[in-house]
Amino acid sequence: MKPNVLILRAPGTNCDYETAYAFELAGATTERIHVNRLLEDPSIIDRFQIMCFPGGFSYGDDVAAGRVLASKIRLRLFDAVSRFKDADKLVLGICNGFQILIKSGILVADDEIGAPATLTWNAGGVYVDRWAHLEVKSDKCVFLRGVEKMYLPIAHAEGKFMGRDAAVLDALEAQGRLALRYAPGNNPNGAVRDVAGVCDETGRVFGLMPHPERHLDKTQRPDWTRWQNEPDFATKVGDGFAIFKNAVEYFA
Amino acid sequence: MLWEVDIFAAPGLPDVVGTETVADAADLGFSPNLTLGFARGYLLQGDLSREQVETLASRLLADPVVERASIGVVGDAVLAESLAGKTGKIVYVLPKPGVTDVVADAARQTATDFGIEPEAVRTFKKYWIDGVDAAEIERLARKLLANDAIEQVAFDELGFDSLQVGSPYKFELKTVSIRSMNDAELETLSKRGQLYLSLVEMQTIQKHFQDLDRDPTDVELETIAQTWSEHCSHKTLAGRISYSGPEGEIFFENMLKETIFGATVKIRENLGADDFCVSVFADNAGVVKFDDEYNVCFKVETHNHPSALEPYGGANTGIGGVIRDPMGTGLGAKPICNTDIFCFAPPQFDPNELPNGVLHPRRVIKGVVAGVRDYGNRMGIPTVNGSIFFDKRYLGNPLVYCGDVGLIPVDKSFKEPKVGDLIVAMGGRTGRDGIHGATFSSAELTSESETLSGGAVQIGNAIEEKKILDVMLEARDRGLYNAVTDCGAGGFSSAVGEMGEKIGAEVDLNAISLKYEGLSYAEMWISEAQERMVFSVPKDKWPELKALAESEDVEAIVLGEFKPTGRLVLKYDGVTVADLAMSFMHDGRPPVIRKAVYEVPTVEPITVKPEGVELPGQTAVSKTVACPCGGKESGKTSATLDLEAILGSLNVASKHWAIRQYDHEVQGGSVLKPLVGVECDGPGDAAVLRPRLTSRRGLVVSNGMNPNYGDYDAYWMAASAIDEATRNAVAVGADPTTISILDNFCWGNADKPEVLGSLVRAALACRDVSVAFGSPFISGKDSLNNEFRPEGEEPIAIPPSLLISAMGQMDDVAKAVSMDLKEAGNALYLVGETKRELGGSHLSLVRNWVGGQVPTLDVDVAKRTYIAVHKAIQSGLIRAAHDLSEGGLAVAAAESAFAGNLGAEISLAAIKLAPAADGESTALPGVDNVDDYWKLFSESNSRFLIEVPVEKSCAFEGILCDAKVPFAPVGKVVEKPELTIFGADGAVAVQGDLADLKRRWQKPFDLGGWYAD
Repeated sequence: MKPNVLILRAPGTNCDYETAYAFELAGATTERIHVNRLLEDPSIIDRFQIMCFPGGFSYGDDVAAGRVLASKIRLRLFDAVSRFKDADKLVLGICNGFQILIKSGILVADDEIGAPATLTWNAGGVYVDRWAHLEVKSDKCVFLRGVEKMYLPIAHAEGKFMGRDAAVLDALEAQGRLALRYAPGNNPNGAVRDVAGVCDETGRVFGLMPHPERHLDKTQRPDWTRWQNEPDFATKVGDGFAIFKNAVEYFA
Repeated sequence: MLWEVDIFAAPGLPDVVGTETVADAADLGFSPNLTLGFARGYLLQGDLSREQVETLASRLLADPVVERASIGVVGDAVLAESLAGKTGKIVYVLPKPGVTDVVADAARQTATDFGIEPEAVRTFKKYWIDGVDAAEIERLARKLLANDAIEQVAFDELGFDSLQVGSPYKFELKTVSIRSMNDAELETLSKRGQLYLSLVEMQTIQKHFQDLDRDPTDVELETIAQTWSEHCSHKTLAGRISYSGPEGEIFFENMLKETIFGATVKIRENLGADDFCVSVFADNAGVVKFDDEYNVCFKVETHNHPSALEPYGGANTGIGGVIRDPMGTGLGAKPICNTDIFCFAPPQFDPNELPNGVLHPRRVIKGVVAGVRDYGNRMGIPTVNGSIFFDKRYLGNPLVYCGDVGLIPVDKSFKEPKVGDLIVAMGGRTGRDGIHGATFSSAELTSESETLSGGAVQIGNAIEEKKILDVMLEARDRGLYNAVTDCGAGGFSSAVGEMGEKIGAEVDLNAISLKYEGLSYAEMWISEAQERMVFSVPKDKWPELKALAESEDVEAIVLGEFKPTGRLVLKYDGVTVADLAMSFMHDGRPPVIRKAVYEVPTVEPITVKPEGVELPGQTAVSKTVACPCGGKESGKTSATLDLEAILGSLNVASKHWAIRQYDHEVQGGSVLKPLVGVECDGPGDAAVLRPRLTSRRGLVVSNGMNPNYGDYDAYWMAASAIDEATRNAVAVGADPTTISILDNFCWGNADKPEVLGSLVRAALACRDVSVAFGSPFISGKDSLNNEFRPEGEEPIAIPPSLLISAMGQMDDVAKAVSMDLKEAGNALYLVGETKRELGGSHLSLVRNWVGGQVPTLDVDVAKRTYIAVHKAIQSGLIRAAHDLSEGGLAVAAAESAFAGNLGAEISLAAIKLAPAADGESTALPGVDNVDDYWKLFSESNSRFLIEVPVEKSCAFEGILCDAKVPFAPVGKVVEKPELTIFGADGAVAVQGDLADLKRRWQKPFDLGGWYAD
């Protein structure tokens, strides 16, 4: 079946158009829906197969990145999203979406102490836009099937992945959930264990700081002009496309 | 009850803000003994239990994984303790009441999701400072921690226990007895009332009301002052000017119309059916054709004076404001990219020499970059192009140019408010912020400006603007309104006044929703609170528009109606508080008549500047890094040392510190980014983007500016700026026949004939070059009076600073060309003619030289060059192209080489210098091999360094020969990572290791804040 993707937007979401485009290019249908509609009627999400939290600055990232929308989801939409997750459906959070997923407890559930992991201020203390080489470190995540390496841009201020302690990280790592890592020398924010993306225990919920929707086209790569004369240039596809393709093919 | 929540880094994690603050303090000359601990925090007011505050602290305000919170009622002893164990004097810094505090607003609103309802919230920063005495701590607070324009400081204790803002307003109609005033009184009224009108203008207003037989109300006077302000009416440049210069005597009835607009009219005539302009100098941004379905529009604004007082807020609202220009063009464009160009004093400026009332350049730079970053990134608009210039004269008067390009459907490109339409305001609430911004920006800054005009400084709220944008684009596509414009300078006064100019408008001021109580009717009308747009809405569409806005948490209110009266009528509590004829507001201003003179300095031979004379831009060269060995490093040629010094000068040095803080890829259309090459760190000439994800058509954005040339001849400075913007755009692949350009003049006090004279001379060059290139001006803006008067001293004027922004187009982005060298073995060409032009050059800057010929421009050769280069790019002959600008051939070759991580071997022998004119001096002080020097460092316009595969050389040379474009094959790309340039005699003139050259270029303007893994 052709999956239907809910692209959730909120005040300050700003990657919704290109993310919807990425899913459509991969063969899905999409609808961009404001979070207020979901708060009015959470059952809206039941007609979708994929839910995507795109990048941006939801509610300005005021207080902390993703925190306001994450609180709304925790307090008012948690049941609906959990039901969605349990119905063998997919959830993807990109950048701000990753921050929302982790801070709402959807990606890494709270334990008796509280949230085991978070995304916080970059080690350098400032927003950074640059490209990073990435490596896939487990085969758990549906979105990363068949992918070994990717080259994608990051653009964030609060992307440093942190666990509460080593035990939390060891457990996540043992479950194959610290699925996407910055390649050596490419960690842009000081994330522990070079974590760039994390999936849940099912592999069907995935959050990542890099932006796959910004590398769909061959001319998005920063050094593409170096290859423009290569014979296979015309047919080249950006690395990020695989993530959307995998999501769509999950429902094939 | 007022609760305080202090938030600290968890044990074992670094205090990032504290550490950076200590480093910043050291930069400003504070004692190395200083220690500092930081906490951020919230004040929560209301009937809240400790448990509720704890809930908010642990689940909303702090992140328990990485932070710890301390909670108490304000004044509790526990709050004096730092959880990080820091001791010392406590300093609180918090926004002044009424200043935008978006984080506090978000916290208050989100608390309601937890079932907790604080009445008021405010954020603060808290420091524990030790190691220096109390006086030093106070100085630190003033110089670094807080900005008095928007923030208050409390030492030891907060000193208040309530967050009340505003008090009820009691209506009282105020009139101003202008009819009986003498001239001195009129002038006093103009200045004290911050109207900043001339005596003649005040007399005209006086006469108008004498004729009406009544005195104006305060709000009438304010409305007129805003409409007539330099900022809103450009009265000087669009006024009568009597000019005397090398061109002879010229009398302009309307200077801008006869130069810059005039050029556009002429070009459109010349182009006939190929005219690509849609709407120029008519709307909030200039509109040109893009493809069959969409047009693009572009606007560049400045926000200099607010940025001088509060760099973060000034730049923040600068970019926020210019984004609203394309949004307010036609029926609303979607912003697709931003540009920003800044002019600062060098960051190494000695803190002990800082005049009163001036912020240190380092603080200005960090604040401005952060302000642009936070607004642009939040809006989801990529910042794709920019520049930063340094000159001491920008010390009291930094320049902040912000630009925004929008994409607009062809059938939504025009607007027309209709009689009977409702006047609808959408967006943020109105507060006392920004009052007198329009009139203030037209005045000279003094050391007292900060106290006088602090109200003109504001902080933006990007998400409010993003919400308006989301609603507006949906409403536009549903056809819910007939016109839209932004509330910029002058607030509702300007927006409603302009929109209703041809009809008339009646407004009920009671409808305006306020941030807090206490605003008078006049303040409501002229407030320049950010993030507001005004729409002209047919009555039958209003319910749908209102519902749409509400569904996305955007406030929309009906202010009034466009009534066919030809008058602006304002009411408050049922009383008419203003009743002005639109005709008087818009056409009643007496013409400004100004004298302008310009004398072109004679070209003197290049000499070393005399002892004691200060070169204006001199400190732009960072001495510590430019030439670390002081010129004695063994084995290097003098030209190598000069190249290293130029690469390490601030204007040329890498701007990655700023660029990397901007999201330049959001919206997914990025093609050529600001930094290019193997390691994504080479300086791209221009940005290319693909605004429509489903199309291959590209948009090119570039700029040109060189204030150094203005010290020699304003004409050639302006011509060079247009040429630079054009060649940057052409270098990446823009079609030179569809480039549109924008002008932004930032000048000193235009009341001075010689200052205005240089501006007129620059405008004449704009006219000449625009027409010759066939590149129309589509929009522009000026900012005059950029002078700073230190206490008891003569004013310091900025150098004449003309920014030219260019927007080009290309059919297929896959043909774009970047500046990094691509492949060893390829041939290198110098395209264009090299003349002996080192006046105002960067070689002169690093060598302390004065004199010489400033770069000139042969428009015919330039045009032929651009068409030929574009043809070669379209034919796939070019692998890399880099424009030659500051530092000439040597710098361009070094940059292209290290960006491509490939060496270059270049010979100067093949380059033919233009013959010297009669009597022209060809000598250079202390230089033996002068011709090599001219070839290496001359900054002649219209030149490129181009890489061509050997097998395509014939075709490439053929195109240049056919077009009679001068060129020279100068060398080749090599594997070895070294730049080697041979002099005409075959000896090595320049030699450098690429990694070393790159390091020298990257280091000077890296202000820190990076994580290196």
